[in-house]
Parts: sequence; C-alpha cells; structure tokens
Amino acid sequence: MSDLIESVKAAVSQHKVNRRGFLKLTGIAGSGFIIASIAPLIMAEENLGTLVGSAELNAFVEISSDGTITIYSSNPEMGQGIKTALPMIIAEEMGAKWEDVKVLQSSVDATRFGPQQAGGSTTVPRTFDQMRRMGASAREMLRSAGSEAMEVSRDELKVAESKVTHTTGKFLTFGQLAALAIRQKVPDEDSLMFKAREDYTIIGTSVSGVDNMMISTGLALFGIDTRVPEMLYACYQKCPAIGGKVVKANIDEIRKLPGVVDAFVLDGNDDPRQLLDGVAIVGTSTWAAFSARNSLEVQWDESSASKDSWSGLVERATQLHGTRGKELVIDKGDVKEAYANPENTTLEAFYEYPFVSHFTMEPMNCTAHYRKGSDASNDSLELWLPTQGPARGYQIAKSMFGLEEDQVTIHMMRMGGSFGRRVYFEYIAEAIAISKQVNKPVKLTWSREDDLHHDFYRSGGFQSVKGSVDKQGRLIAFEDHFMGMNYDGRPVSGSRFPDTEFPILNVKNAHASKTFFDIKTPCGPWRAPGSNTTAFVVQSFLDELSHAAGRDYLEFLLEIMGERRWFEEGNVRSLNTGRAADVIKLAAKEAGWGKSMPKGSGLGLAFYFSHAGHIAEVAEVSVDKNRHLTVHKVTVAVDVGPIINMSGATSQVEGAVIDGLSTMMAQKITMEAGRIQQDNFHNYEVLRIPDSPRVDVHFIQSDFGPTGLGEPALPPLAPAVGNAIFAATGHRVRKMPLSEQGYTI
Amino acid sequence: MMKLSVNGQTHTLDVDPETPLLWVIRENVGLTGTKFGCGIAQCGACTVHIDGKPVRSCVTPISAVGNSEVTTIEGLADESGLHPVQQAWIAEQVPQCGYCQSGQIMSAVALLRDSPDPTDAEIDAAMQGNVCRCGMYQRIKRGIKRVASGEVQFFDPKSDIEVQHG
Repeated sequence: MSDLIESVKAAVSQHKVNRRGFLKLTGIAGSGFIIASIAPLIMAEENLGTLVGSAELNAFVEISSDGTITIYSSNPEMGQGIKTALPMIIAEEMGAKWEDVKVLQSSVDATRFGPQQAGGSTTVPRTFDQMRRMGASAREMLRSAGSEAMEVSRDELKVAESKVTHTTGKFLTFGQLAALAIRQKVPDEDSLMFKAREDYTIIGTSVSGVDNMMISTGLALFGIDTRVPEMLYACYQKCPAIGGKVVKANIDEIRKLPGVVDAFVLDGNDDPRQLLDGVAIVGTSTWAAFSARNSLEVQWDESSASKDSWSGLVERATQLHGTRGKELVIDKGDVKEAYANPENTTLEAFYEYPFVSHFTMEPMNCTAHYRKGSDASNDSLELWLPTQGPARGYQIAKSMFGLEEDQVTIHMMRMGGSFGRRVYFEYIAEAIAISKQVNKPVKLTWSREDDLHHDFYRSGGFQSVKGSVDKQGRLIAFEDHFMGMNYDGRPVSGSRFPDTEFPILNVKNAHASKTFFDIKTPCGPWRAPGSNTTAFVVQSFLDELSHAAGRDYLEFLLEIMGERRWFEEGNVRSLNTGRAADVIKLAAKEAGWGKSMPKGSGLGLAFYFSHAGHIAEVAEVSVDKNRHLTVHKVTVAVDVGPIINMSGATSQVEGAVIDGLSTMMAQKITMEAGRIQQDNFHNYEVLRIPDSPRVDVHFIQSDFGPTGLGEPALPPLAPAVGNAIFAATGHRVRKMPLSEQGYTI
Repeated sequence: MMKLSVNGQTHTLDVDPETPLLWVIRENVGLTGTKFGCGIAQCGACTVHIDGKPVRSCVTPISAVGNSEVTTIEGLADESGLHPVQQAWIAEQVPQCGYCQSGQIMSAVALLRDSPDPTDAEIDAAMQGNVCRCGMYQRIKRGIKRVASGEVQFFDPKSDIEVQHG
C-alpha cells in the first residue's frame, strides 16, 4: 500500500508544475484502486508544493474515485445564490452531471480563487468566464485522459454526463479517468472553447440551492451559529448618539453580575467603519451578557457625536424646492426655453425618501479567537466571518492589530441576509478587540436594537424635479435638483445623480444639479444604491408628465426610449434602449396593460436600468376609501442576459419586489440629536405574508453576457406601485413611506 | 439544576430560570437551527414547538417549559426521513438566505397539523408572525400547499438528489 501511495505522490509531484494544481484528484477507481484515505496525503502534497503560491485559479474542481465531483464555491453566500450558481457554470462546461456534483465553500485565499467578495451584483459578470475556463480546462484534461486510456483520437470523444464517450459508444466515467486526467497537460487558456448556449444542460435550469437541505433541517451554519471550544459570549454597547465617547461606566458593578466574565471599555478610533468607543460585556452565555447590559450605566461625552436631525434635513431641503444646486451635473440644450414656451405643459414636484436600514434577519455578529503568543509576533487570530468581503479580515488584522496575513486564519460563513450591510467590518473589529482583551475565543452578537441603531443606512434624500411636454405630448425638457448627504466631506453611498441618469441622454433639454447636506450618521450601500430612490422619483415624475400630456405611460415611455441604440456600445453598464423597450413591452403585455380596471383599482408601470439589468415592472393595486392598499400582483420583465439558475434568478426578483414594497410601505429611519429613533420590528416594520403580492417573473434571455440580479429588480417597484395608486385614486405618491400618508396594507 | 426535554432527549442544565428557551437551546443544548432575530417575539425566527404548539422561544423563560416536550427544527426528521414540510421547502426551493426558515418551517408544521388543507386565510393567519426578510412568501405558500396536496412523502434525507434537481 505504501508503495502505491508513494507512486501517486510521485506522479502528483512530477506533474504539478504543468497542472499547477488545477485539478485536485482525490482518488481513482478501475484497474488501480487507491483507497480514499490517501486523499489527504495528496492534498497535503499540494499545500506544501509550489502550487499554492501560484496565481492560477486552479483549485475549484476535485474528482474522487466514486465519481463525486467536488466543486468549490469561492464567493460569500448571503442569500443571493452564488454558492449554487458559480458551480453550475463550472459543471456545465466540464460536462458533469449536476447530480454528481457536491459543492463546498472554499477557503479564503485570493491566490487560489481570485477576489472573493460579493456586492454590486457583480459576481456573475465578473466570474462567468473564469468559471467557464475552470470547467472547460477540466473537460479537456478528462478528454485527453480518455484518449490515452481508450487509445483513440481526442476528436472522437464526447465529454458529457460525467463521462468521456467514444463514437463507438464505449465510455469511461470521470471517476475512472480521474487518476489519468491528473497527469494530462493543463490546456492553454487560449485554446479553450466554450459550449454553445443551445448545448447547455445545467445553465438555465432550475436548481434548488445547494444548502437547502441543511437549511431546512436547521444544520446550515450561519456566522451566528459558530461554536468553538471555550468560547465566551459578548455584547458591545456603543453611544446611542453615534460617535459618542465613554467618560465612565459602572464596570465594577457589571463584573459582579451572574454569568459575567469580564466587562471593559474599548477605546475607539472615531471611525464607525472600524471601532467606536463602547463597553464590552463578556459572559458565559449571550443571555448573561445581554442581561448584564440592562444594568449598565455609561456616561457619554457626546461633544463630537452625531447631532443629526431628520426633521432638520426635511426643513432645509423643502426650502430648496424649485432652486438649483451649486454643483452642476449637466446643462444640455435649453430647459428654460422649453419652460417659457406657452405651448408646452410644465410641471414641478418635490420628492422625498427616508433613511432606511438593512435589517438583515441575522443580526451582525462575529466570532474571533485572538491567541496571545510569547510576544506580538507570535500572536495569532482565527476569525469566523459572515461578511461580503472575507479577505477584509486580513486588512483589519493588519491595520488595527498589526498582524500579518500568515498570523490570521479566516473562515467564510454563510450570512443570513446582507443587502450591502456586511461590506463594513466594524463588528469584526469589535469581536477581535474583545477577544484580544480576554485572550479567549469570543462570539460577539449584536441585539436587534444594536443592529438598527448602528447600521450604515441607506441615505435619505430629496429631489426637486421639473419637466415639460410639448403640444404633441412629447417629453421636451427634464430637470432634477438632487439633494443628498455628505459624510466627512464626501457624498455617501447612493448620494449620486450621474449625467447618464435616465432620461437625460434621451431628452433634448436637460438640467441636473446637486446639493449635499453634511451628516454624521454612517451610510452605506443598500440594495441598488442611488437607483432604489432615483427610480422612484424619475419614473413617478415621468408618469406625472405623461398624465399631464394626456398620454398613456407605456407609449410615452417607449417614445422617450426612442430608436434602438446602445449609448455606449460594449459597456453593459450603459443603457440599451432596445433591451429597455423589449422588457417594457413584455411586462405591459403580461400584465394586461390597457385592460379596463374596476373603480379604485389601477395598473402602474415603471422601468429602471441599474447594475447592467434592464427591468420593467407593472403593479396591479386597489385602494379603498380608507387608503387601505392591496397590491394584487406585480409583473416583472427582466433582461440580464442568459440566466444561470432559473430558480435563484426568479427568487431574487421575487425578493426584490417584496423588499421594495416593504421599504416603500412603512420603513423609515429617523434620527434626532444623533440618535436613531427606531428599535426593533415593532417600530420598523417588515412586510409579512398576508400583504405580499403575487409576483410573476418573465425573462428575456438575450445574447448579451450574463449580469447580476441581486439588486436591479428592486428600483422599479416603488414607482410602479406609486403610479398604480395614482391610476386607482388620482393621488400622487411623492414621498416614502406610504404609511405616513395614511396608507395601510 | 433543571431538566429540559428537547427532541426526545433530556438535558440537565445549570441555568438561570429566567433565561429564554432560545438561548438555552442554542448555547446549552447546542442546537443552533433555532435562530435569534429580535428578542421580542416579533419576527418568528426562534419558533419551536412546546408540546406541539408553536411558541417564540426568545420570550419563553426556561422556567415556563417545565416537563413539556420541546421540538426544534433538528427534531422534525426521524429515521423514516425528512418531515414533509422540510421536503416541500427543498422541492419548492423556498430558502434564499435561509435564516428565517427554521422558524417558518416550525410554524408551517404546526399549521398543517391542525389544518391539513389550509385556506389562504388560514395560511396568512398562521404564518404572519414569521418574517422573511428575503421576501420568499410566495414560495412559503407554495410549500405549504404542496404538503396539503399530498405531493410530498417522507423520504430518505440522503437521497435528496431527485428533489434538488426535479
């Protein structure tokens, strides 16, 4: 047996430069049986060899002797379905049967897997070709192995269904070929051919998420479920006025409480993205820590803390209605001439949207184990991270704790939702700091109140809009004064209004300008930043203009799109009016646009282009005399190119519609004297099952490259519902949330 | 010391009697399928059964459980296989992030036990305490209706392949 092991190790060693660890083959079957126990030896060999240092993306696929194909999913999973979608792409290209595939979360190692992050609906477009190369390369090595084993030409072999089949019908399975495949030359990347779309058997099908069995049995491990030996449990109290500093706290009293192991003040660095001042309570259970916090008394110095006031912002913005901002975005044609023409109809309106929270179901948490060595160079850190950017753990460890990458081990954990929240890492820094202080593994869990009081919020804002239609009812001028927020002298995430914003490129006369209000409330990306609010304003206001012109909005919108063109050829982030028109028409047709509706009911249409996705939505609503709103159905037409996982894609669209409705219905974060005024589900409401509409999703699987779907289906929802409310009642929604205008759902 | 029966197994625990059942299940018993979401019985992520009835374990002190039998998500499957609701959840591809689904499934199991063929109104009433932040309500309804229609049977949890790809 040992001879056999040695010979395999030698074979691996001999070929490792060529294959560069691309295929990790953990056993073979057929003539030379090797038992599974040698697999770790081979893997260890790889870890020791030159393979690891290579920048090749080479570690995605393993085949074992029983035919199991293990595919490593390299990117963080937060519900967007990437852990299923990326392996589907690899499996498709390599000719695997999906039934034979087992998916495992990869380790955190950019040299092996490339950038491992999630956000901006970018993972699929960014990695589609990379995953195809991984699959195609594996396929060609298996083909070469088949050629060698059967002594036939490569051209006479077909690779599909987890086997390599000769034209005569003779075949060998992937499992049988595994050992031989390992010795094949890694194909030159440029020589790889990708499968034609019409030959796909996995991409485009409906596949249940690879963790669904674990989730449905309660076994899936989210970050918050981390358990390590001798682990302690912690909570962390920060100043309710964001950025306040600890003057003193009744630490000695807290330390005496039952189940409390330690309590201490952490000195922050005033950066909410890193570490703010606070009091840590470490206990033998989360409940002990949470309970002790009820007795915590802290004196805060709020002199440098946030003093933000939502009502103050509203007052300032309202005064700016009808003005222009100091910062010019674009001045195209002559809007004033359009306004002055008495034959044109000109409208002005003021739109408002609040701050909102990410409010993930799984509150922020992190488990850290800081082990102190004999001196700092011997310290080590192990992290269990629910985050959209696990490699950030290395950066924090380095910049805040002086640890080099080889002193840090990171485990990528499944997230219970994120929506942009977990691109920040202050909860990670807090956990490390607490663990370092107690020199034990610590799980830090935020309460729901912590989570709501210390988010990186979707920024609220205001837009003062103006526009004209000519006597033929055509859009002739559009103007927007965007009012957003600045933090530390820079616009916060989503506080943007680019010169490509629809319909600037499509209209003859356009003007856009910006004003920023300084705030100290931290803001961050929230599912389709900027788009989720501007879509509401612009698509509602264009609907206003179409009504003023006596036009049907479908016709009006298609007219604005104009001829089929791609504003920036080849750039998927640029609007393609042909793709836009196609989804608009499809959504209208599927929703029965134009059908007669009973009194108090209406259809509303909206289109928005963001994150490379062209998406149109039609909402069907009814509103009773007490402003009780029922959203019966939302019809969505999507063009994000070819769909990878039909189930995952549909799920993202369904979820975006519900999220959009939930947000527009009742969600609002307000702050006064720097304090967030919402606390938990009782005063920050989320849409529930009785109020959730039916969502019908239709895809146009165009030939453009596939792009992401985590975000772009959300922005059109609010204007579609707002426009439908207008159709049903004549009341124009210019402000979110609806609950503040007397609506219930 | 107090005794607590979870999924048919009795545990002897040294905990403060005021500790919510949620934290005892997660940190003392060591079953982490039951989730923490709000701590005030508003989100449903912590739903377990006490003697078959759905309760929010985050506000149920351990002292109130007494000799009752606690069932968690981990206790639904038995040697004959997954519970039909679990099977339906996989077949209908319900989970997105998946964090709320333990609670959703526990509420659905209780509903279907009392009302094997629930109306839409009964589904709404029984499930409205469970928030799904990812908005998978349409699939949750379909999952419940799939069970009610008898389309799902107990099956071997190891043979999930067909369901995953069906």
